[in-house]
Amino acid sequence: IMDRFRMIFQYFQSNSESVMNGICGLLTLASIKMYTSIDFSCPCLPQYNMAYGLGIMFVPPIALFLCGLILNRQSLVMLEEWSRPQGHRKKDLAVIRYLCSSIMQRAMVAPAAWIIVTLLDGKCLICAFSSSMDPENFVDFASASPVQVQQLLAKVPCKDEELMRNNTSRKAVSRYLRCWSQALGWSILLILIVAAFLTRWLRPCFNQAALLQARHWSNYIDIEQKIFEETCCEHSRLFAHKCILHFFESMRQEIELHSFSLSREGEGAEEDQGLLRGITDQDQVNKLLKMWYYEKPPLDVSRATQRHPLGQETSSLPWAHSPRTGSKFPQHTDV
Amino acid sequence: MDKFRMIFQFFQSNQESFMNGICGIMALASTQIYSAFDFNCPCLPRYNLAYGLGILLVPPFILFLLGFVLNNNVSMLAEEWRRPQGQRGKDPAVLRYMFCSMAQRAMIAPVVWVSVTLLDGKCITCAFCTLVPVETLGNASHPSLSQGDMKRVLARIPCKEIYDGQELIANEVAVRYLRCISQALGWCFVLLMTMLAFLVRSLRPCFSQAAFLKSRYWSHYIDIERKLFDETCTEHARSFAKVCIQQFFEGMSADLVAAHCHLPRKAAGDAGEATEKLLGITDWDTMNMVLKSWHRCKPPLHLHPPALPKSGLCCGGCQGRHYQICKTSFLLPRAQCWAVLWV
Repeated sequence: IMDRFRMIFQYFQSNSESVMNGICGLLTLASIKMYTSIDFSCPCLPQYNMAYGLGIMFVPPIALFLCGLILNRQSLVMLEEWSRPQGHRKKDLAVIRYLCSSIMQRAMVAPAAWIIVTLLDGKCLICAFSSSMDPENFVDFASASPVQVQQLLAKVPCKDEELMRNNTSRKAVSRYLRCWSQALGWSILLILIVAAFLTRWLRPCFNQAALLQARHWSNYIDIEQKIFEETCCEHSRLFAHKCILHFFESMRQEIELHSFSLSREGEGAEEDQGLLRGITDQDQVNKLLKMWYYEKPPLDVSRATQRHPLGQETSSLPWAHSPRTGSKFPQHTDV
Repeated sequence: MDKFRMIFQFFQSNQESFMNGICGIMALASTQIYSAFDFNCPCLPRYNLAYGLGILLVPPFILFLLGFVLNNNVSMLAEEWRRPQGQRGKDPAVLRYMFCSMAQRAMIAPVVWVSVTLLDGKCITCAFCTLVPVETLGNASHPSLSQGDMKRVLARIPCKEIYDGQELIANEVAVRYLRCISQALGWCFVLLMTMLAFLVRSLRPCFSQAAFLKSRYWSHYIDIERKLFDETCTEHARSFAKVCIQQFFEGMSADLVAAHCHLPRKAAGDAGEATEKLLGITDWDTMNMVLKSWHRCKPPLHLHPPALPKSGLCCGGCQGRHYQICKTSFLLPRAQCWAVLWV
């Protein structure tokens, strides 16, 4: 069993970064898929356009960013490391900073993808800013009254409107805004890629040793936590095993005390008799099951190891303590 | 394949990851159900609101309950909650932890359903189409209708084919307006839920981390203890059955020898292990007798120690624990037993 655990841990040690990169990629794909599957419908009303357009552009990225933080396991590790009392182990702020920056970088990918896709598509910006266009530049709108102009400009994003279907000015406004939107989208994409490139390329030139240290210790904290959880699982399994054996043993002793059966003979002779643990009767089995529900044994296996019949060398577990220990002998209640 | 097996084993061994997997599957299932569902707005004044809100709120409730049903730990929580205290104290923090973790996982599918419904917009369009502000969106020049007529006309907004109020308020305008409101609500809901989840997750390590570790350990312990107890009981049952059946065959064999109903066919010099295992039951009649006895008169659930074989034949009320008593009471009804079995 330990071999298996070791293999699993080695796998995750080498690939915990890959797992998180994978999650980041999945979230990005999910955001793009969400954008294409949600029907974008601009309200085409003067007061609502701006709010709707900017809302669609900025609210989902915030939600995606928070999702990215939640799904990342390292954020919990970092928070624990940050909020723990110092104790015997000093806290290294460089490690916490490294963790924080790596978490933020991964969490920012999906929102950035959403914003870029939105801008490249253009519908959001057209919806948001069509009302703020200058009507003088467009033939049909220049001749209308101010109130009407607002209404008409607000209807630009809606191609199906009867008034607007073949209006050349609408198409002009639309094209103009889409051009701006795409320019903005491509520029943001270029800036982000250049920034990422520079960060990765120039980082080794500054403080590489400190970086290696921070990365090593952040990895260490992560693995230490995983191994602690796994050890706790193993321990609770052993604890439960001992507790149940102790329970069966104490039931057997009680039955021997109270009944007249001749079960002492032939004890331990056969393997099956050993597995039966002295419980060889329908009533005894029923009693055992009832006791298990009505009076669970106390969480204390230190006595079990001392009284083990075959004298196996199981030392008293150092962590064997329970919230409440019952030190008296199990009370037998006939229900 | 090795790597896949390791990953699978890791997920199986880690109960929490397994539950996360089920959670994700239910969320995907809820989106699939929504897209497969054929939404039919009734387009009648009083029914619209009921239908729309029903589609918005009833399936999430069902999905929430389903999330609890599919979670194996529910019975564990109920058991731990209801058991008598006995010698082991009950820790309410552990119960709270188990309930919270189950509730959190069960909430994901309903939240996904509500978000998808709001972002799609059909439900809100159906439910609130009668509340569209006609004064601001519609044609001011249109002669006003009575309340009832207005409502009837507006209720038909989601059904484009039968909509007859184009002069009052254009269908596309109303639909766009309602869908915009619906999507705004949807995104606000999504943002609120993610913020809540983020706060819950990030504030917990800052407060009561030690208590959390304790509750988590003991809730895992209870789970593992229950599984191990079931395994031990199964093991015990298997041994019990094995010994019971063995004793039954030995008893039958001893009885046949004692009653001299047929000569034991033990051939001289044939001392193989197989012969011993046959226990003297070596012909068609005897085996049939054994099988009939097994069917008509199963042995009591009471194993005798190996030194004292008991009779394989039980006759009515002989359920006693003491061999001596059984032996005396056998003398009389034995003839009857044999009569029954030879039939």
